[in-house]
Amino acid sequence: MPKMLPQVIAILLAFLVGAIVLTVTGYSPLDAYAAMLSGAFGDTFGIGQTLTQATPIIFTALAFLFAYKCGLFNIGAEGQFLIGALAAALVGISFDGLPVFVHVPLALLAGVAAGAFWGFMPAVLKARLGAHEVITTMMLSYVALYITGYMVNYPFKAPGWVAETVPISPSAELPSILPPTQLSASIFVAVLLAGLTDYTLRKTIIGYEIRAIGLNPTAAESGGISIKKGIILALTISGAMAGLGGAGEVLGVHRRFIEGFSPGYGWDGLAVALVGGLNPAGILLASVLFGALRSGGMTMTRTTHVPLDIATILQALVILFVAAPKLVKYLMKKGGFKW
Amino acid sequence: MVEFLDIITVGLFAATLRLATPIAYGSLGGLFSERAGIVNIGLEGMMLMGAFAGVTVSYFTGNPWLGVLGAILAGGFLGLVHGLVTVKFAGDQVVSGTGINIFALGFTAYMSQVIWGSRGASESVQELPTISIPLLKDIPIVGEIIGTHTPLVYLMIIITVVSYIILFKTPLGLRIRAVGERPEAADAAGVNVFKTKYLCLIISGMLAGLGGAFLSLGHLNLFALGMTGGRGFIALAAMILGKWMPFGAFGASVLFGFADALQMRLQALGLLPPQIILTIPYILTIAVLAGVVGKAIPPSNYKPYVKE
Repeated sequence: MPKMLPQVIAILLAFLVGAIVLTVTGYSPLDAYAAMLSGAFGDTFGIGQTLTQATPIIFTALAFLFAYKCGLFNIGAEGQFLIGALAAALVGISFDGLPVFVHVPLALLAGVAAGAFWGFMPAVLKARLGAHEVITTMMLSYVALYITGYMVNYPFKAPGWVAETVPISPSAELPSILPPTQLSASIFVAVLLAGLTDYTLRKTIIGYEIRAIGLNPTAAESGGISIKKGIILALTISGAMAGLGGAGEVLGVHRRFIEGFSPGYGWDGLAVALVGGLNPAGILLASVLFGALRSGGMTMTRTTHVPLDIATILQALVILFVAAPKLVKYLMKKGGFKW
Repeated sequence: MVEFLDIITVGLFAATLRLATPIAYGSLGGLFSERAGIVNIGLEGMMLMGAFAGVTVSYFTGNPWLGVLGAILAGGFLGLVHGLVTVKFAGDQVVSGTGINIFALGFTAYMSQVIWGSRGASESVQELPTISIPLLKDIPIVGEIIGTHTPLVYLMIIITVVSYIILFKTPLGLRIRAVGERPEAADAAGVNVFKTKYLCLIISGMLAGLGGAFLSLGHLNLFALGMTGGRGFIALAAMILGKWMPFGAFGASVLFGFADALQMRLQALGLLPPQIILTIPYILTIAVLAGVVGKAIPPSNYKPYVKE
């Protein structure tokens, strides 16, 4: 059986159920899907917006993947992403007149460091005290949400009605690469990170140790690998990746931290990592699908008036169908598929 | 300082009980699920779905009690979905729960636009009445705090007690806990592991749905986009803080309800940014998990059960 087939079937099933929802509520699924497709890929602008939406998800998906390979569920990428975004914004607004080649890396690094710290906390709690990372990363996500909310509502609030920081200095901006779309150089960082993640996991000692812990912690430990060290490293790096993604959004797309600017990129990351078959190349592909749902969804709403949230429903259905691999296998057997 | 003391009023404690109610429903829901060996981070979505279904049914029938029934059924349905994915198809519990949360967010927003043409909020519907408990309402102070509420508040207290009795004083409860902790042994003893898990997940969803109905029908009398606002996760936190025990979960819910009530009062007076207080439940839960405030060890074996 081809490797990605269960994922492809899960996606098809999701669109099928989505079509039922659309039909029952009085919309034409064909028109809606066609509008979505042409909006996402029909012209240069659409493609640019699709890739813009895909970019942050690549980071959060890689973050999920890296921890997952160590047997850890980092479901707090949203918080790490937000904290990274805020840190980058603060560095972006705090300096003026720095050379671009200093300011941009400095702001990105701030995002990495903040995200890493947000991954390091649950990592230590897990390694030293056995606190389950699913709960702690999720709880820390909310802490990050409120802390960033506090920062842009109080100490760093720009004048005016919106809860946001002032714009970052031009010297901290990641260049736009396909105006008038919002696509920024952050996508290069994302693709680079995907390659680096692949290399690290497959070719380095650290990557080997992390995978060994994920596959069989007992065997890894008797083989001389420190589980505690592995857990701390994997979750910290995972947080750093999500934080870098947040920094990229602030420096490349919004050019400031706006409260509520993430429509759930952290949660998308989990979905994209799974739909992508838990490997970096698959993640790049799946992130384009999810990016297309978001950007194509906007076009669909404009032209057919189907509520944008059908895109969210489709994402959720993809997650549920991918979560139940046995269902896909069961359906294939029922349908008489032969391999 | 005087301002600060002014906040501590009878109204604050009555608000505490109101705000604790949806959290308590959710945490009892989480309890049934986790006691049967299934992590339910989909509580948030189940609550949201309940809030939405409650308002929708009340909108079309004009009867908020039918709305409550609708909320129970909608939550129970998502509980069943969680069961299908994680029990029948042995899918990952965290992933399934995440899918349910995202589904509920998207579905309710979508349907709001289909029904009311507005993504942000529904039209107002008939809300649940409040009732006063005779005698109780006449006790000074206490009566003002717990004497007059919607029936869902009192139902929550009753369900807390009933949950304790079911889980710890009946054969069914013994079976549920056995399925959660030692599924092989339960199976060998003739307990239907799968059926028990389904049952608990449906109960879990129904309770979460009730919590949602309280938010929409007993509190605001409309549905608003994402109106649960993380209360499902807070409910999970309350369950952990309550050490997976019904009265513990109830107590933790009251504590979080108090923090929420306090936060609103302080915000209204401009004394303290609300965000700071809103982080308290989460930080407290992390502290509990880390063993800083007593040790919390989950009672369950969360692996999908595969019959030999």
